[in-house]
Amino acid sequence: MRRRTAGLRRPAGLPRFARLRRIGLPYLLLLPALLLELLVHLAPMVIGIVMSFKELTQLYIGNWGAAPWKALGNYRISVDLDAPVGAALLHSFLVTCAFSVLAVGLCWLIGTAAAIFLQENFKGRGLLRAVFLTPYALPIYAAVITWAFLFQRDNGLVNHVLHDQLHLTDGRPFWLLGDNSFVALVVVAVWKTWPFAFLVVMAALQNIPKDLYEAAALDGAGIRQQIRRITLPALRPINQVLVLVLFLWTFNDFNTPYVLFGKAAPEAADLISLHIYQSSFVTWNFGTGSAMSVLLLLFLLLVTAGYLLATSRGRKHADG
Amino acid sequence: MRILRAATVTATVTALAATASGCGGGTTFGGGGSNDSPKTLTYWASNQGPNVEADKKILGPELKKFEKRTGIKVKLEVIPWPELLNRILAATTSGQGPDVLNIGNTWSASLQATGALLPWDKRNFDRIGGRDRFVTPALGATGAAGKDPAAVPLYSLTYALYYNKRMFKDAGISQPPSTWDELVANGKRLSKDGKWALGAEGGQLANNIHQAFVLGKQHGADFFDAAGKPTFTSDGAVAAVKQYVDFMAKDKIIAPGNAEYGQNQSLRDFAKGRTAMVLWQAAATTFAADGMKPADWGVVPVPVPSGTPGTGRQTNSMLAGINIAVFKNTRNLNGARKFVKFMTSDAEQRLLNKTYGSIPPVRTAQLDPAFNRQDTKVLRETLTRSAAPLPQIADEAQFETSVGTAIKDLFADAASGHAVTTESVRARLAKAEQQMAQ
Amino acid sequence: MASPSVRVPRPSRRRSPMAPPRSFLWTRRIFLTALTGFVLLPVYVMFSSSLKPLEDVSGAFRWLPSEVTIRPYLDIWKTVPLARYFTNSLIVAGSATVCSVVIAIFAAYAVSRYRFRGKRVFTVTVLSTQMFPGILFLLPLFLIFVNIGNSTGIPLYGSRGGLILTYLTFSLPFSIWMLTGYFASVPRELDEAAHVDGCGPLGALFRVVVPAALPGIVAVAVYAFMTAWGEVLFASVMTNDTTRTLSVGLQGYATQNDVYWNQVMAASLVVSVPVVAGFLLLQRYLVAGLTAGAVK
Repeated sequence: MRRRTAGLRRPAGLPRFARLRRIGLPYLLLLPALLLELLVHLAPMVIGIVMSFKELTQLYIGNWGAAPWKALGNYRISVDLDAPVGAALLHSFLVTCAFSVLAVGLCWLIGTAAAIFLQENFKGRGLLRAVFLTPYALPIYAAVITWAFLFQRDNGLVNHVLHDQLHLTDGRPFWLLGDNSFVALVVVAVWKTWPFAFLVVMAALQNIPKDLYEAAALDGAGIRQQIRRITLPALRPINQVLVLVLFLWTFNDFNTPYVLFGKAAPEAADLISLHIYQSSFVTWNFGTGSAMSVLLLLFLLLVTAGYLLATSRGRKHADG
Repeated sequence: MRILRAATVTATVTALAATASGCGGGTTFGGGGSNDSPKTLTYWASNQGPNVEADKKILGPELKKFEKRTGIKVKLEVIPWPELLNRILAATTSGQGPDVLNIGNTWSASLQATGALLPWDKRNFDRIGGRDRFVTPALGATGAAGKDPAAVPLYSLTYALYYNKRMFKDAGISQPPSTWDELVANGKRLSKDGKWALGAEGGQLANNIHQAFVLGKQHGADFFDAAGKPTFTSDGAVAAVKQYVDFMAKDKIIAPGNAEYGQNQSLRDFAKGRTAMVLWQAAATTFAADGMKPADWGVVPVPVPSGTPGTGRQTNSMLAGINIAVFKNTRNLNGARKFVKFMTSDAEQRLLNKTYGSIPPVRTAQLDPAFNRQDTKVLRETLTRSAAPLPQIADEAQFETSVGTAIKDLFADAASGHAVTTESVRARLAKAEQQMAQ
Repeated sequence: MASPSVRVPRPSRRRSPMAPPRSFLWTRRIFLTALTGFVLLPVYVMFSSSLKPLEDVSGAFRWLPSEVTIRPYLDIWKTVPLARYFTNSLIVAGSATVCSVVIAIFAAYAVSRYRFRGKRVFTVTVLSTQMFPGILFLLPLFLIFVNIGNSTGIPLYGSRGGLILTYLTFSLPFSIWMLTGYFASVPRELDEAAHVDGCGPLGALFRVVVPAALPGIVAVAVYAFMTAWGEVLFASVMTNDTTRTLSVGLQGYATQNDVYWNQVMAASLVVSVPVVAGFLLLQRYLVAGLTAGAVK
């Protein structure tokens, strides 16, 4: 990039080059990102979309070119709600939606609250900040396995506290089987993800000028009003991205349910990523798995478009 | 304008994707290998010892021996179990793989279907001393019936019933059970005061399948018919699954908490004296690691309905184990065959199986006294007499997932006090069968 | 576990009109204590499990281990080559973070400061990559890498380079979006002032915008690091014995019949310590924000 700027010193061509440079600069800045995205994300995605139209079972895995085209066959299986695969997929889709909304809401709430509470300096603030980021630093596999231990029926901490020490439950409930597994999944996901929200909001808070608060305080605004009138509006641009990002993340989260429940999650916690894993990696039938992924992609695109439209309208107003 | 731009972008990406992945990707496994690089071999070993490093130490000297004899240097990579199948998958897809590799023997038919493995026809088998060197049940787990095997048996394992001697004595039981009726009767006497008779891994799909498969055999039911169609809802299959789940639901000799076990907690419960029996493959080293002395446990063949273990309805174990296979597009075919011959030679079989606690599938190697101890004797006799391989079908993984999940769900029902009836079992299995049909 | 002390120096509370009321302080105290408990609970269990002999790990839960041993901490180095995995992880995650942040800064600057054709297509496309389930990228990407390797001789598969490339791209989309947001909150007057001072666009970026958005950049860097640090699936397929990273290597404590839980926990804690220490050092920059940039 530097070299290009240096080469512009020919006086005669300056206006034309300057113009070219002005138009070209943003593209130049985007180039490295674009190339990497093409290589690592977009090309595999296109291959994935092509795969979804093929019968890519283990018979053809060694030679993709020979796999017969299946047209919409893979999609038909995925959306046929009368057949078990389609019905299970729909169920798991709904579970995933509920899970994502709940987990994202909690992550955002806890993250934002923690960031606001840590905004002001007090003793031990730095330590707390590092402590709050530990879930993020621990290897996922070990952290989730630890949670699985905590949730064990007979030997886990959760039942030890709820049943043995506080006597809140009659029997020892299962947390990793049946309906409770949804709760367990949400707890683990929130524990694992909220530090990200915390981190992002905390960084964003630093850009709010202090004098705004002082002015508001002089006007007699209480803490709650300051948060509502200054902090939250100032966080809007970041929140817009953050919530979206959290949503996409939790929606596609694979590691948490996989480590927590193994290959087969209980129905109440049967996330869609596990389904896709089962209908691709476990069975080596990548056609169906890809078709499900493409459907998921379409749905998420729709949600994202709606979300961005809804949230940007207000912002454009503000930007003028 | 905008559409045009989007179209251009799409076209570029597609073109890039196509070129990058070699026009739709993959490699053809034609020809059957070459001998372009006769001096080296890459070998992917599965993790058989206590850890990967230990495996390297165990296999290292043997590979040196091989190099001294043949001049071929073997590059060893020991791959942990969670990674092995995905690594093989990636290798199969791209053609970028090892020359020789270990596979779980239940994967044989699936991997055979990919066409990535060298078929062991008579000619290839003759180069390593012939088929007859191996015990028949082990050969049954090397690929689909009627096709040339995709791999050669390397280490074999079977199930046995491990029991806690002290707990049996305390309950006044003089002999370990040899039939299921005895096991249930004993179990009811053992299950009291917070202790339980039998351990199970309700959340471990593969284990569920292994138990249900054997019970199915005993009820005269296979989970697939001759054409490879699933028959999960046959009376025999339903009865088999119900019998297994009933140990918890009706007989109450398995602790409800076992429904969620999936990390081998049942082995630890056994070692700590919380359960009196467990059905497992070679577990001696695990018990030792958990602090249980070899004198404290006994081992007998897995029970049968009546009589003694044998074939057909007297089957009492699935045949577990590891096969060794050659990647079809190896660049050192002769060397790979030599290496398989080396690994299945009597001397190596004795040594490696002894070290890993498994049983050699090679007949002559079984004569070693190490396979005549209290535990290995039972395992060895089961292997030659009464073990059967899981259905050798390309969809084995799907079978494991669908039926394994059905049993997991049934255990969850039983644990939370819901009734487990023939109808509810049949309904779960019907769902599993439908999933297979896709 | 120290409960967070949230005392504000008294004099300042008296004097400043901004001093938070008592109810706020109590809410804060309770909330932060509860949150610390929630965060540290599993960490504590990991710690206490890591001090137990293997046979005690899965017994009935007790707050205090009945028998304490440091054996697991000695054994972890022998069971798997932990130090090598750790170095690999550090190299991979570190390089991926640096590259990703730099590339994202360029891209985000373009998006936040320029109007150009294809801007929307770019941002939406980049975001859409996050909607495709990650596991399905695996095989195609692997194929691409192998084919690039075969045709150009660049070993992307099995090497750290390929993994770095993969991870840096994984974190790019969010990094670009987040940084665009942070850059947008840096007032444009600052850029213009820099232009007046004779800075080119890149000068304005690095002299003004980057310092002003430093907390955001640090946050993004932490995110990029963690993405690379914790990734399991791609690492398990794209690495071999010598390049294996920590997240995958930890599974080496599990064999078919037995999992050395105490060692898993001990190793996880050991490898997390440097990372948490890194946070402690970095968090200073998380709060040096706009003020630092604006003063210049």
